[in-house]
Amino acid sequence: MALQTLDIQRRSATTTPSPGVRQTTEVAKLIDISKCIGCKACQTACMEWNDIRDEVGSNAGTYDNPRDLTENSWTVMRYSEVEVEQGKLEWLIRKDGCMHCADPGCLKACPSPGAIIQHGNGIVDFQQANCIGCGYCIAGCPFNVPRISRKDNKAYKCTLCSDRVGVGMEPACVKTCPTGAIVFGSKTDMIQHAEARIVDLKERGYAKAGLYDPQGVGGTHVMYVLQHADQPELYHGLPRDPAISPMVSLWKGVTKPLMSLGLGLVALAGFFHYVTVGPNEVGDEEEEV
Amino acid sequence: MAKSSSVLIKRYTASDRLNHWTVAITFMLLALSGLALFHPAFFFLTHLFGGGPWTRILHPFAGVLLFAGFVGMMLRFWKLNRITDDDRQWLRQVGDVIRNREDRLPPVGHYNAGQKYLFWTMVVCIPLLLLTGVLVWRPYFAPLMPIFAVRLAVLLHAVAAFVIIAGIVVHIYAAIWVQGSVRAMTRGTVTRAWAKQHHPAWYREITK
Ligand code: HEM
Ligand code: SF4
Repeated sequence: MALQTLDIQRRSATTTPSPGVRQTTEVAKLIDISKCIGCKACQTACMEWNDIRDEVGSNAGTYDNPRDLTENSWTVMRYSEVEVEQGKLEWLIRKDGCMHCADPGCLKACPSPGAIIQHGNGIVDFQQANCIGCGYCIAGCPFNVPRISRKDNKAYKCTLCSDRVGVGMEPACVKTCPTGAIVFGSKTDMIQHAEARIVDLKERGYAKAGLYDPQGVGGTHVMYVLQHADQPELYHGLPRDPAISPMVSLWKGVTKPLMSLGLGLVALAGFFHYVTVGPNEVGDEEEEV
Repeated sequence: MAKSSSVLIKRYTASDRLNHWTVAITFMLLALSGLALFHPAFFFLTHLFGGGPWTRILHPFAGVLLFAGFVGMMLRFWKLNRITDDDRQWLRQVGDVIRNREDRLPPVGHYNAGQKYLFWTMVVCIPLLLLTGVLVWRPYFAPLMPIFAVRLAVLLHAVAAFVIIAGIVVHIYAAIWVQGSVRAMTRGTVTRAWAKQHHPAWYREITK
């Protein structure tokens, strides 16, 4: 549906519900690693569409360039050379970037109202105008994705092209991919599409092929088809069971409302002590001395 | 209050007071700017500092000032805050303290046990707040720290801030509750009667 991304499902640092009557379709981007040839067209399309240009870095002996995600590189191709079977070299190329978690740690950690939002369709989007540059999103993210710009102290990451999706287009990386390794649609359709691909891969000898849609973060709106789904770490350290760190959950969970309440009660206890027991004044005969 | 100076006793020098109020003012700035980021209910406090980004920028610098000031207070008041057996007894009788029945308590010296334990709470919390605060300080230090350290630090920072803010709320209330205390830190003096009633052991010591 056109403009469906304007619906906001969740907002950082907001304790009342966001508008939620409209039922919009959950979207997903599916990245089929077995079809990726590592051409980086998607990386380039991302730069073009979003008007971001990274510095020309230096070669570190791999094809990874830039070497990491930055505020100017919201997606980076990761090249891993692995031998899953002795003597059979495999080149696993993973398109790294925001996974658009259903339960986003960044949004949970963010202290600034509306600096991070989750659209009705599942896209997690940073609203830089509300960002204060504290970096809490970085602590919250289980995938090490958000980056803060040195130029403006605002956090940036992949938007899943929310501006394109909002007007019925696919993300720029999907549009440009020459092999069809990246597809985009409703999450249910993408899961179905993945299932067909997994059957195909299994027939071709990848017995452990599978879908990466980690449930620890409630599932993601960017999913991978992996040839070796039993070993996600092979793909440049893709986490096996990503979840919001327990330290972040503790910090942002019940502790804060409890501590806020505690402070209020301490102040109130003082006030009630004053109006019941009363102040401790110097006794009359003592004042005489 | 028209009292002759003969009934007044010196409790804090001008330099003590200057030190105390530097720490108190920076503490207020820190508590207000910190709470602003602590829970959405307090986010409106960012308006006091010129918005969210300014709140985030100013807070850690105020923290460094507070720490510097607190080192001064620590050196000044360390010796006066040694915990004694009388202090432990005082704490056991905290019910009498709350009901204003001071006559039943062991004689209090320069500080009572409540004041002393607050001092030691600050001695633990302020360096901890500095350390954990620096670990999450952007853009200068946090990017250099491992993510595990940042997550732990931000949690400890919030807990330490809660403890110290609750402690200071009690501290401020105690100053109002025990009438005649505020002038000790604003004018530097207290009345003889105040000293005799609230800090009898200290009173005996300085008048003997
Ligand atoms: C002693 C030096 C201190 C330093 C270097 C420091 C630094 C920081 C930093 C870097 C942050 C993250 C937000 C930001 O970048 O502004 C923060 C948050 C915070 N600070 Fe401090 N701080 C210090 C002391 C204090 C003190 C004394 C208090 C309490 C009165 C306090 C209360 C808080 C609170 C409540 C938060 C929000 C934590 C959260 O969101 O859970 N800080 N501090
Ligand atoms: S991958 Fe990280 S940045 Fe993206 S939604 Fe999940 S927690 Fe947020």
